[in-house]
Amino acid sequence: MAVVPSTKVVAPLKDELDIVIPTIRNLDFLEMWRPFFEQYHLIIVQDGDPTKIIRVPDGFDYELYNRNDINRILGPKASCISFKDSACRCFGFMVSKKKYIFTIDDDCFVAKDPSGKEINALAQHIQNLLTPSTPFFFNTLYDPYREGADFVRGYPFSMREGAPTAISHGLWLNIPDYDAPTQLVKPRERNTRYVDAVLTIPKGTLFPMCGMNLGFDRELIGPAMYFGLMGDGQPIGRYDDMWAGWCAKVICDHLSLGVKTGLPYIWHSKASNPFVNLKKEYKGIYWQEEIIPFFQAVTLPKECTTVQKCYIVLSKLVKEKLGHVDPYFQKLGDAMVTWIDAWDELNPPAVPATEPVAKKDGPPPKAK
Amino acid sequence: MRTPPSLVSLAIDSALAHLSNISDLSFLPDHILIDLFLKTLRAGKLTEKILKLFIATGKEEVLSHIEALNIQLVLTPVLPTSKKNLRMSQIIDDNDVDIVIGALHPDLTSFLDEWRPVFSRFHLIIVKDPDLKDELTIPGGFNLHVYTKSDIDKAVGSASTASLFSGYSCRYFGYLISQKKYVVSIDDDCIPARDNNGGLIDAVAQHISNLTTPATPFFFNTLYDPFCKGADFVRGYPFSLRSGVTCALSCGLWLNLADYDAPTQALKPGQRNSRYVDAVLTVPVRTMLPVSGINIGFNREVVGPALLPALRLAKEGKFRWETVEDIWSGMCVKVVCDHLGVGVKSGLPYVWRKERGDAIESLKKEWEGVKLMEDVVPFFQSVRLSQAAVTPEDCVIEMAAAVKERLGPVHPVFARAAEAMVEWVKLWKVVRTQLSP
Repeated sequence: MAVVPSTKVVAPLKDELDIVIPTIRNLDFLEMWRPFFEQYHLIIVQDGDPTKIIRVPDGFDYELYNRNDINRILGPKASCISFKDSACRCFGFMVSKKKYIFTIDDDCFVAKDPSGKEINALAQHIQNLLTPSTPFFFNTLYDPYREGADFVRGYPFSMREGAPTAISHGLWLNIPDYDAPTQLVKPRERNTRYVDAVLTIPKGTLFPMCGMNLGFDRELIGPAMYFGLMGDGQPIGRYDDMWAGWCAKVICDHLSLGVKTGLPYIWHSKASNPFVNLKKEYKGIYWQEEIIPFFQAVTLPKECTTVQKCYIVLSKLVKEKLGHVDPYFQKLGDAMVTWIDAWDELNPPAVPATEPVAKKDGPPPKAK
Repeated sequence: MRTPPSLVSLAIDSALAHLSNISDLSFLPDHILIDLFLKTLRAGKLTEKILKLFIATGKEEVLSHIEALNIQLVLTPVLPTSKKNLRMSQIIDDNDVDIVIGALHPDLTSFLDEWRPVFSRFHLIIVKDPDLKDELTIPGGFNLHVYTKSDIDKAVGSASTASLFSGYSCRYFGYLISQKKYVVSIDDDCIPARDNNGGLIDAVAQHISNLTTPATPFFFNTLYDPFCKGADFVRGYPFSLRSGVTCALSCGLWLNLADYDAPTQALKPGQRNSRYVDAVLTVPVRTMLPVSGINIGFNREVVGPALLPALRLAKEGKFRWETVEDIWSGMCVKVVCDHLGVGVKSGLPYVWRKERGDAIESLKKEWEGVKLMEDVVPFFQSVRLSQAAVTPEDCVIEMAAAVKERLGPVHPVFARAAEAMVEWVKLWKVVRTQLSP
C-alpha cells in the first residue's frame, strides 16, 4: 500500500505541471515519491528496447513514450532525439502541454533535511519557479524571497523586483554528480552537506546544469532545453544536461530570465560505473575546454526576442565556431535546428502571444 | 627481586592498548576506572572520543579529576593550519594576521572577552573612532596596539583624520598601518556565533581558510566551495579552471540582526536572520555584490589599497544602516579583483550581531544612502580599467577618475568620494614608505 504522509500534501500547480521521467530500467522509485507525485501527471520516456514493458505503479496518471512512439510522432525529425541516453527525456519536454516541467532520474529518492523531515522536492522547485530571481546584482543573503530572508543593505531598490525564474536547479545528497576522473580518485566521497540556500546564478555566469533534479518554466525557456545528441551512435555521453544548461543560460541572460540553484535536495542512490562513464565523457572533457570559452563569448543579436530565434542563431554559431573542434558539432548544430522545427510543430502558438506586437509587419506573424 | 605485575594492572595496560575499540566504560569498578584514566593521561592517549567515554560513566571521582586538571573538550573550529582538513591551503603563522577593530563604543570589555578564545592568538589593532570622546576600556591578556585621534593626526594630519577616518571608517587607518599579510575586521557590536551543532564559530580561522584556498570566479560550481572537505568540482566543470586563483577578499555573514538597510528593517522590525547556510562560494567575475564591512577578511598584500574610506554620507551615523562606506569600498575591491584576476568569496563565517539601534529613527535621519545605490551599482557594473593598471593603486586612481567624470555631476558626495580615493592612495604610498624597513 502507498505510504501515507503524516501531514497532508498540498499539490500546487497540479494541472499546470508535468513530471518527465526518462527510464530504461523500471519505475520502482516512484513508490517512495507517491505522496508527493501522485496528484501530478507523469510523462515517461522509455529509452532502449521498445518491446520491453515498463510497468508504472498503480494510481499514477501518465503517458508513456517508447522509441517507436518517438519515431511515429516526429518522423524524420526523430533523429534529434538521442537513443540509449537519458537525453531522450527532452522528448517529454516537447510533447508536454503544461507550463511547468519537473524532471527527475529514476535513481533519485526522497531526501531528508537535517531535522529528519522528508523533503518535498517538487514543492520547493515550484516555490523557486514562482518567486523572482535576482540575476542583476548578487544578494549575500541568497534568495531574498525565501521566508526569513530579504535584500541586504546596498541592494538597489530598483532591482528588487527581480526577473522571472526560468530554471530551478536542485542538488543531491549521497552520490555527488562528479565526472569520471573525480569518481575514480574519490570513489567513496559522499555529499553530506545540506546547504540551506537557494540562490540566483548571476547574469553572465555559466554553470554545469545537472538534469537529475530540475524544474523549469516551459513557456519561458522550453525550446532551449534540448539535451543534444548523445548515446548510441554518438561520440559523447553524459554531456546532455551540460549542453542544455549552457545554451539555456546564455539565452536566459539575453532575455533577462533567472536561473536558481540550491534547494531542493534529492537522495541520489546509484553510482554509475566510473570506467563506463570515462569512455562516454572522454571527448567531452577535452571539448569543454573549447565549448566554455565559446559560450562565454556568445552575444545574441537584439532582434532575437524569442527563445526559438535565440536558439537558431546559437545553432549557427555552434557550427561556425565549434565546427573545427569536431564534425560532431556540425551534426549537433543541425540537430538543434531540427529540434526547434519539431518543437514548433508540436507546439504551435495559439495566439502569437510571445512575440511583441510587430509594428512594421502587415500580415500576422508566422508560427516560428 | 621485582614484584611481578598483578593481573589487574596487566588488564588495565591491555585496556589502554586497545582503548580505541572500547565503547563503554561504565561497567568498570571505580578504582579500576581511575587507574585507567590516570594511565591514559600519562600515556598521552586522552583524545576527545576517549574523554567522552570517561565522562559518560558518570563516576564522581573521574569527573572531579577532570575538573581539577581543567581538562576541557576541545572546540572544533576550522583550523587553517591543519593540512589534513584543507586541500591546498598553506600553513600560516599567527604572525601573518592582524585583527583590526574599529572602536565605536568605549567599553570593549564584553566584546573582547567574548572573542578571547578566537582573538588571543593574534595581534590586534584597535582604532578608536576619532569622534568618540570617552576613554577606551580594554581587558588584559591581548597582544594589541591602540590608536586614538592623536595617533591618527600624527600619522596623516588632522585634516585627513576628519575627512577619511571618522565613525566606521576609523578601521581603515588600521588597514593603512598594518604590516601583516592578512587582516580580519569585525564590528564591535558582534560576538561569536554558534553553528548548528552548538559549537563556537572561529570566524578568524574561517576567513583565513577562505583566503588561503583558491577562489573559482570563472565558472560556477554548484556544490559551492570545491576546496572544502567532502566537496569537489562537479561534472561539467572545465579542468583548466580547477586550480582557481588567489582569494583576496572573504565576506562573512551575520546571524540575528542581519545587515539590512533602514527601510527594510523598519518594515520588518521583528525579522532576524536565523538561517545558517553551511557554504562558502566564490562570487563570479564581473558580478557585483554589496560587501558588508561587519565581518570581513582580506589579503592586504594583494588588495590592501583597494579597501578605502571614500563614500561618506552627509548625515552618516554610528549605526551600519546610516552608512554605505563599506558598500562602496567593497565594489571597488571587486572591480580591482576582477581586473587583477583574483577572487572574492562570500558565505561562512557567521558572527552574531547584537541588537542595537532603531531603524525608524535612522530612516528619519538618513535615507539618502539608499537612493545613491541606484547610481552606484550601475557605475561599478560598467566601469572598465585599462591594461596599464597593474597594481591596486593604479586601479583605484583610474576608478577615481571615472567616478569624478561620471558620478561627480550626479551628486556632490561622489565628487568628494573621488577626491578621497586619490587622497587615500597618496596616503597609502607615504605611510607604507615610512613603515617599510
